[in-house]
Amino acid sequence: MNRDEQLFDYLLRIADSDLVLAQRLGEWVGHGPVLEEDIALTNVGLDLLGQARLWYAYAGEVETRFAARGRCEDELALLRDASEFRNLLLVERPNGNYADTIARQFYFDVWHRLFLFQLSRSGDARVGEIAAKALKEVRYHVERSADWVIRLGDGTDESHAKMQAAVDELWMYTGEMFESDATDQALTIAGIGCDASALAHPWREQLSSILSEATLTLPTGAWMQSGGKRGVHTEQLGHLLAEMQWLQRAYPGAQW
Amino acid sequence: MYAQMVDTGAKRLRTSEEMSPEERAFQERIDADIKIEPKDWMPEAYRKTLIRQISQHAHSEIVGMLPEGNWITRAPTLKRKAILMAKVQDEAGHGLYLYAAAETLGVSRDELIADLHSGKAKYSSIFNYPTLTWADIGAIGWLVDGAAIMNQIPLCRCSHGPYSRAMIRVCKEESFHQRQGFDIMMTLCRGTLEQKAMAQDALNRWWWPSLMMFGPPDADSVHSAQSAQWKIKILSNDELRQRFVDQTVPQADYLGIKVPDPLLKWNDERGHYDTSPIDFEELYNVVKGNGPCNRDRLRTRVKAWEEGAWVRDAALAHAEKRAARSARKAA
Repeated sequence: MNRDEQLFDYLLRIADSDLVLAQRLGEWVGHGPVLEEDIALTNVGLDLLGQARLWYAYAGEVETRFAARGRCEDELALLRDASEFRNLLLVERPNGNYADTIARQFYFDVWHRLFLFQLSRSGDARVGEIAAKALKEVRYHVERSADWVIRLGDGTDESHAKMQAAVDELWMYTGEMFESDATDQALTIAGIGCDASALAHPWREQLSSILSEATLTLPTGAWMQSGGKRGVHTEQLGHLLAEMQWLQRAYPGAQW
Repeated sequence: MYAQMVDTGAKRLRTSEEMSPEERAFQERIDADIKIEPKDWMPEAYRKTLIRQISQHAHSEIVGMLPEGNWITRAPTLKRKAILMAKVQDEAGHGLYLYAAAETLGVSRDELIADLHSGKAKYSSIFNYPTLTWADIGAIGWLVDGAAIMNQIPLCRCSHGPYSRAMIRVCKEESFHQRQGFDIMMTLCRGTLEQKAMAQDALNRWWWPSLMMFGPPDADSVHSAQSAQWKIKILSNDELRQRFVDQTVPQADYLGIKVPDPLLKWNDERGHYDTSPIDFEELYNVVKGNGPCNRDRLRTRVKAWEEGAWVRDAALAHAEKRAARSARKAA
C-alpha cells in the first residue's frame, strides 16, 4: 500500500467505528429507560454519525489519488461488505441492557478522546481539522458515559452487579484499540496518524479512576480479541450491515 | 395535533349567570385574551381537560417516536439517517416540554405515564398505523406533521400560558419536519418507477388516517363547544380538516400522485375541495384499541419503561448517596 492507500484505510477505520456505534445507538431510539436518555443517546449517535460523514468525505477525496474515482459517503457506508469494514469490534457488540450500552460507550469514549486529541495535531491539515471538531463533541460524550458508569456502579446492588458484568464482558474487545499495525506505524512516522499503543496507559489510568469512583473492579482478563482493522469481525456486524444497507442493496442506483 | 376527542366533562355551556364569581372572572380573562398561568385560579374542569389534552399530546409524541424510529436503522442514506434521528429526537423533546406544561397543572410525569401504560390515557390514532416502507417516513412528515401543524398553529394562541408557549416551540420544529417529509416524497416521485409506486402506496395508506387525526365531525363532537369557550381549541375539527385537504391536494398534484378518493373534487361555489364521506367507524375503532398497531405500540412502551426501572432506581439511589455524603461533609 502506498501512503494514500494507507491513509484511506486509516480514515475508514475511524469512520466505520463512528458509523457502527451511531447505528447501535440508533437502535435505542424510542426504547430508552427515561425520556432524557432517549434524547441524550440520540445526541451522541448524531454526533458520531456526523463525524463519520466527515471522515468518509475525506476518505473519498483521498481515494481519488490512487483510484479511478473516489466513492461518496453512501457508497462507502452502504455498499461495502463486512470484511471491508474496519471498525473496532467493541462498537459492533449488541446493545444488551443499559449497563452494556454504557460500558461499551465508556470504553470507546475515553479512547476516542485520547485518540482525537492526538489526531488534532496531525501533520495532515484535514485530519487535524476534523479531529479538532470531533474532539469538542467527544469531551461531552466522555463526561456523560463516565457519569453513568458511576451512577450505575454506585447505585443499587442490582445496577452495580449489571455494570460490573458489563465492563467484564466487554473487556476483551478493548485491547484492539491499542494495537499498532503496519498502517498505524507508517502513518505515525509520517506525522499523520497517532501511535495507538501510546494511548493504552492514559486510557487505563482514566478508566481506573472512574471505575474506582463507581465502586467497580477493573477487569483483569488478559485475553484480547481483535480483528476489526483487518476486517475480521464478530458475527453481529453482518446483521447490523444487512439492516443498515438493505435499501441501497435492494434498489441499486436509486436516489433517495 | 395529537389530541382527539378530549373529554371536558361538560354536557352544555353554562351562561355567565350560572357561573360563580371566580369562574366569571376567569372567563372574562380568557375572553380578553389574557393567558392563564400556573398560579392563577382555574375551574377544576378546565384544569382536568387541559391535563387530558396536553398529556394526550405528550403521549402522542412519545408513541410517535416508534413508527419513525422503526426506519432509523434502515434509512437509505447517511443524510436521511441523520435527519430522521434528529426528527425523532425533536419528538422526544416535544414530549418533554409537554409533560412539563402538564406538570404545572398539578400532575406528575410518572402519573401521566402510568395512565398511558394502563390504557387510561389516549394518544393520537395515527400512530397505530404501521410504517411499512421508506415512503411512509416521507408520508408521515408530509401528511401527519402537516396535519399536526394545522392544529397546533392556532393552539399557539390558546388560553393556557405554558401550553401555548410549548406549542410555539413545537410548531417551529414541526414545520421543518413537514418539509423534510415532502422532500422525501419529492425525491421518490422523481425517482424510479418502483420508488414512485412506493410513494403512491404510502399516500393510499396514510391519507384517510391523516384526515381522521382531526377527530370526529363537528356534529358529533360534544366537547368542542366548552373547549372553544375556554380557548383551548381555536378552530373546529371540520374547519381544520378542510384546511388540511385544501392545502394538501395541490401538493399531491405537484408530486404527481393521486389522493385515494374517487369523489375528491374542487367545489367552486364553496371554494373548497369536496371529499367522500370519512369512515369514522375506523377512527372510533382505533381509538378504542382496535388499530393495526395499538397493542404493539403500547407493549413496546411498557417494555421500555419496565426494563428501564432498574436504571431509574440506580440514578435515584446514587443521587441520594451523593446527597448524604455531601451532607456529612458539610456537618
